[in-house]
Amino acid sequence: MERKLSPATIVLYVVLGILVILYLMPAYMALVTALKSPAEISLPTAWEWPSVINWSSFSEALDLLKPNLVNSLILTVCATALSTVLGSLNGYVFSKWTFRGSEIIFTLFLFGMFIPYQVILIPLFQTLRAMNLYGGLPGLILAHVVYGLPITSLIFRNFYAQIPTALIESARLDGAGFFSIYTRVVFPLSIPGFVVTSLWQFTQIWNEFLWGITLTRHSENPITVGLAQLAGGQAVSWNLPMAGSILAAIPVLLIYVFLGRYFIRGLLAGSVKG
Amino acid sequence: MAKVELKSVVKRFGDVRVVHGIDLEIADNEFIVLVGPSGCGKSTILRMVAGLESISDGEIYIGDRCVNEVDPKSRNVAMVFQNYALYPHMTVHDNMGFSLDMAKRPQKEINEKVRKAASMLELEPYLDRKPEALSGGQRQRVAMGRAIVRQPDVFLFDEPLSNLDAQLRTQMRMELKKLHMKFSTTTIYVTHDQIEAMTLADRIVILKDGLIQQVGTPVEVYEKPANVFVAQFIGNPPMNILEGTVARDQGRLGVRTKRSFFPLQEDRKNLWEGQKVLFGLRPDAIKIGDSLNRIPPEWRCTAQVELTEILGGQSLLDLVVDDEISLIAEVEGRVQMQAGSSVEVGFCFDRVVLFDPETEEALSSVAQLEGTAEGTTPERDIAHKKEIEVHTN
Ligand SMILES: Nc1ncnc2c1ncn2[C@@H]1O[C@H](COP(=O)(O)OP(=O)(O)O)[C@@H](O)[C@H]1O
Ligand SMILES: [Mg+2]
Repeated sequence: MERKLSPATIVLYVVLGILVILYLMPAYMALVTALKSPAEISLPTAWEWPSVINWSSFSEALDLLKPNLVNSLILTVCATALSTVLGSLNGYVFSKWTFRGSEIIFTLFLFGMFIPYQVILIPLFQTLRAMNLYGGLPGLILAHVVYGLPITSLIFRNFYAQIPTALIESARLDGAGFFSIYTRVVFPLSIPGFVVTSLWQFTQIWNEFLWGITLTRHSENPITVGLAQLAGGQAVSWNLPMAGSILAAIPVLLIYVFLGRYFIRGLLAGSVKG
Repeated sequence: MAKVELKSVVKRFGDVRVVHGIDLEIADNEFIVLVGPSGCGKSTILRMVAGLESISDGEIYIGDRCVNEVDPKSRNVAMVFQNYALYPHMTVHDNMGFSLDMAKRPQKEINEKVRKAASMLELEPYLDRKPEALSGGQRQRVAMGRAIVRQPDVFLFDEPLSNLDAQLRTQMRMELKKLHMKFSTTTIYVTHDQIEAMTLADRIVILKDGLIQQVGTPVEVYEKPANVFVAQFIGNPPMNILEGTVARDQGRLGVRTKRSFFPLQEDRKNLWEGQKVLFGLRPDAIKIGDSLNRIPPEWRCTAQVELTEILGGQSLLDLVVDDEISLIAEVEGRVQMQAGSSVEVGFCFDRVVLFDPETEEALSSVAQLEGTAEGTTPERDIAHKKEIEVHTN
C-alpha cells in the first residue's frame, strides 16, 4: 500500500530519530570505550570507533566484579520473588477479600510508594542493626522486600480487579477456601501480573545503589557498588568500568528480551478487554 | 433436596435498606422465580441464600438448618451466574469437576459424574476445550453442568439466560425446564423477564423496591394480580387499567365509564355505589368478531381502531372506547382493519380485576380467587405440590 508522507509525519519521525540518537549516545560511548585499549582512550578521540578491538576489558571486568554480580543475583532474585509473592497475596486480599477498613489500610500502604530511599536510610540502618541484620545480604533483601510491597501490592490489586468477582464467588460455592481459591483460580490467572511485577522489581533492585553501599559490608556489596568502586580510583582506565556496566546491564536486558512481550501485554491488560 | 425458608429477611448496605423484610417459604422440589424490575433486590436475596451476602436481619433456613452463619461452601447450594463465571484457565471437564475436586472425591468418581452431566447437556465433544473456545450457549451449558455435577440441595440462578440471543434463550429455557423435571431439585431463579417467570415457575414471586408484591402460580398472578404494579409487570402487552365508578343499573352492580356500563358477574359486598375504581382487563380478555358470541351483550361496546399489528397467529389492536379510553386487545388470527374504523368489542368482564385508585391494591382479590380463573388460561397442575403457606407483606 502506497502512502504519501504528510509533513506532520515527517516532523514526527525526525523528532523521534533525534530522540533515539540522544538515548543511544551513552550506550554507544560505553561500547566504544569498553572496546578500546586503555592507551587509546582520550578525550579528543572519544567518539571514534577503536582502531583495534580489544575484548579483554570484558574478561578483566568480569573477574573484578564477579563477587558483586553473585551478590546482586542472590539479592535481586530473593527480594524480587518474595516481594512479588507477598504483593500478589496482598493484592488478592485488597481486591477480593475486602474487609471493614481495608480501603484505608490500602491507602496507607500506598504512601510507602512515595517515600524516597534516602529518607528512610537512617532509621532503616538503625532498625537493621537492632535486628542484627546489618551488613549482610539478608538485611538488604528484607529492606527491598518491605520497600517493594506497596508497588507490588498495587499492581496486583489492579490486576486482580479485572478478575470478575463472580469467579471467586463461584469458587467459594464450589467449596474452595481462601488459599485454594488463590492457588487454583487466582494464581493461574495472574501470570502476566507476575511478569510485570517481577520485571519491575528486578530492575529496581538490581539498579539500586544507595542502600547497597550503606547497608552491606564490602564482601556483600551488590554490583552497583562494585561498579562505582571500579570507576572511583585515582587513575581510572575507563575501558574497565564501561565493560563492567555493559556486563551489569546484561541480566536486565535479557529479562526484557524474554519477558518483554508479557510485560507489554500485562500493562495493556487493563485497557484491552481479553 | 430441601425446602428453603426466608423469615423477615432484611438487607442493608451501610445505611441503605434494599430488602425490607421478606417472608417466603419454598417447598422441596419447587421451582420459584423471583421477578421484578432491575434494582429491586432479586440478586441480593439470592446471594443471601447462597451466603455471598450477609443477612442484616431475619433468618434463612435451608432444610431445617438456619444458615445465617453458615459458610457458602457448607450450604450445599449451586449457583449459575449471569456471566457464567467459568474458570477461564480450566477445561470444560475441570470446570465441571472443580467442586468435586475441592470435596476431595476420587478422580474416578469425578470423571464419571462429569461425563454423565456432559452427555446430558451434549457437551461431550467439548470436554477438553477451554471456555474461550465455546459459544455463548455452550458456556451456559457448562455453567449448568457445573451446578448439576454437585447434586446440590438448592439450585440458584441469577439471570442465567440474559446473555443469550432471543432464539437460544427460548431453547435454553425449555432445557432448563426439562432439567428441573428430571432432577426435581429446589430451584430459585432470578430474572427480570416476565416470560421466563411465567414459563418456568411453579410459583412466581414479584418484587418491587425490596418488597414482595405477590406470590402465586403463573395463572394466579396473571389473572388475579394483587395490585396495579403486578398487573402491568406480568403479561405482555400489560393489563389495560381503566378508570370507572361503581354503579347499579337495573339491579346489577357494575362499573360505569363515561358512556358505558358493564355489570359485574356477581354482587360484591365490599363495593359501594359511587366508589371510584380502576378496572383491569387483560388484552386477551377483549374479543372481536366470531369470539364475540361467547360474550353477553351487556359486556359489549363499540370501539375505534387506531392501529393494528399482526404478530403472526395473533394481532394486537390499539382501540379507543368512549372516545377517550385507550386499550390494547390481543385477538386470534390476522386482523386487518382501517385506522379509524369502528368495531364491536366484547369484554370478558368475568375476568375483570378491580383496584383501589388510591392504594392501587386489588379490591377483594381474595374473595375472587375461588371464582373464575379456570378455563381462560391453561391451568397448571400443582396438585402434587405440598400445601404452601405464603406470607406477603
Ligand atoms: N454491594 C452493594 N453495595 C451497595 N448497594 C448495593 C450492593 N449490591 C446491591 N446494591 C443495591 O441494592 C439494590 C438491589 O440490587 P440487586 O439485588 O442487584 O437488584 P436486582 O438484582 O433486582 O437488579 C440496588 O439498588 C443496588 O444498587
Ligand atoms: Mg441482579
